[in-house]
Amino acid sequence: MEPLLKVTDLRVSFPGPSGPVHAVNGVGLELAAGRTLALLGESGSGKSVTAQAVMGILDVPPARVAGSVTLRGRELLTLSPRDRDRVSGEEIGMVFQDAMAALNPVFSVGDQITELLRVRRGMSRADARRRAVELLDRVRIPAPANRVKDYPHQFSGGMRQRVMIALAIALEPAVLIADEPTTALDVTVQAQVMELIAEIQRDSGMGLLLITHDLGVVAEVADDVAVMYAGRIVERGTVEQIFDGPAHPYTEGLLASMPRVDRTDEELYAIPGAPPNPARLPTGCPFHLRCHRVTPECRSDLPALEPLPAHRASACHHRTEVLHATQR
Amino acid sequence: MPPSDDVVLRVENLVKHFPLKRSGSLRAGGVVKAVDGVSFELRRGETLGVVGESGCGKSTLARTLVGLEKPTGGSVRFGDAVVHTARGRELRALRRRIQIVLQDPYTSLNPRRTIREILTQPFEIHPDVLPKARRTARISELLDLVGLDPSLHLDRYPHQFSGGQRQRIGIARALALQPDVVVCDEPVSALDVSVQAQVVNLLERLQKELGVAYVFIAHDLSVVRHISDRVAVMYLGKLVESGPGAPLYDAPRHPYTKALLSAVPVPEPASRTNRQRILLAGDPPSPVDPPSGCRFRTRCWQATDTCATQEPPLAGPEHPVACHYPLAA
Repeated sequence: MEPLLKVTDLRVSFPGPSGPVHAVNGVGLELAAGRTLALLGESGSGKSVTAQAVMGILDVPPARVAGSVTLRGRELLTLSPRDRDRVSGEEIGMVFQDAMAALNPVFSVGDQITELLRVRRGMSRADARRRAVELLDRVRIPAPANRVKDYPHQFSGGMRQRVMIALAIALEPAVLIADEPTTALDVTVQAQVMELIAEIQRDSGMGLLLITHDLGVVAEVADDVAVMYAGRIVERGTVEQIFDGPAHPYTEGLLASMPRVDRTDEELYAIPGAPPNPARLPTGCPFHLRCHRVTPECRSDLPALEPLPAHRASACHHRTEVLHATQR
Repeated sequence: MPPSDDVVLRVENLVKHFPLKRSGSLRAGGVVKAVDGVSFELRRGETLGVVGESGCGKSTLARTLVGLEKPTGGSVRFGDAVVHTARGRELRALRRRIQIVLQDPYTSLNPRRTIREILTQPFEIHPDVLPKARRTARISELLDLVGLDPSLHLDRYPHQFSGGQRQRIGIARALALQPDVVVCDEPVSALDVSVQAQVVNLLERLQKELGVAYVFIAHDLSVVRHISDRVAVMYLGKLVESGPGAPLYDAPRHPYTKALLSAVPVPEPASRTNRQRILLAGDPPSPVDPPSGCRFRTRCWQATDTCATQEPPLAGPEHPVACHYPLAA
């Protein structure tokens, strides 16, 4: 079956002072309806740029985008800007980290939802207004009929995130892309917002692409996981596969370096060094400078994302060994 | 473990209110009750973790502890000296003893100074600590201590370092004058997960080697559990529960602590279906006009009329809790 959203060999680069900076280097993703795919990575890994390229909100130029992004089999990257806007606008909902920056501060939230419905759905003012109140109610904003007149700054951080979710689902998109949707929120509010997103997804059957650096959030909500490092997918599998037995030393290190809230642990494992600068990637495997399993071939040959049993994949020369070592 | 009576910092009923200025109006507004009666003791060489959500007053607490804010009431004592009434020599001596590490490694280092200059500054302010001739060697030692290479790094500027390296420099600066207490205000929350563990391990190693005590303030409950000997939970300017890490996390007695802990995602997909999660309704109330009685009662599922009228004190010997109906251990 054709996946809902398919990304193939996506490459994004930006001009830099000393040549192009390759932010995304051949990323492939598949998202099915009703599934949640987490794109996990640290700052500079290229996860947000990947999301922006899929959403079609990168400025091209200066950015250069190559590869393929298809939605229900239809190529998006070759569409005219006008068609692209329409497809992305109606079929891909977007939620960002910073709702204050994503919402327009000089219009009430009701006006922002109403305008969207009038332009895209041709609704009458009264119908759009009614629908806006329904949407605010859907994302559980208390007293939606009153709050529809309020401006973004009159909402708390968690409530603003709900408003953005209401806007993102207003046109009933097939795919929701959420880029660090709860990173700026407190843990109690984060739990509420993730619960809400999961519930809406269950009801609507959207595919959810969740961009995050938070392993805990991934473990709580994802079905499938793609781990990104230095602009590449280094490991791919189901959430159980990844957490129960990672097949890439980077994933292995990330999991071991996380302190746990549910137990007292001894010294943390620390991955040495820092993520590489995308303008100056090392030769060979981009992780080799920080890897405790490094061998000479890692320094010279870039490992491709190769399949492993049970439909998972890892971009490591030693993937089979890593998997044997980490599987319980 | 140091003897338990070995208290380095004694905080008594500390209060910090900020007047609320209304723009365009001469009328005095209310006050933000950022810290509203916090008491605790910090023992030599231990780590006290302080957790709470944004707006609970934990950063104001950090700034008041080190003397960057003047308290509205209460006191912070270091030995016999009171941090906010000390003057002259006594104040200078105190400042040496209590240092701070800030959250943002990008704004807490002067971008126009080299690492050498940044690390020399504490000795220029406190020249009696070390004669000039020995400072260069001491600065190299400090960099070495935090895992940076003095021969490579001393004459570079902050922008030439990664976030994790900058945080190491901030820690080296805080340790330069051999303090007894370092207040760490969200020291790892700006760092990537893979780098966070390095800095946490560094702080733990330095504590073992130097015997320094930490007040470790953070919103990340997992990191706080890992690094702390004791933990205090803060809500709207007050401590609601405090105690040794394991009992507090494994058997919280305050409903807020329980809810907070249940909201933390656990990196174990297998356990997600059978976990009990308490979803708190809404956001914390405003610290300008906190609820009467118990401040948590507006979001608490077991609140009664008593909670609205009487404020529960933080009471109990080993694992005190400020709740009229504490949860069973």
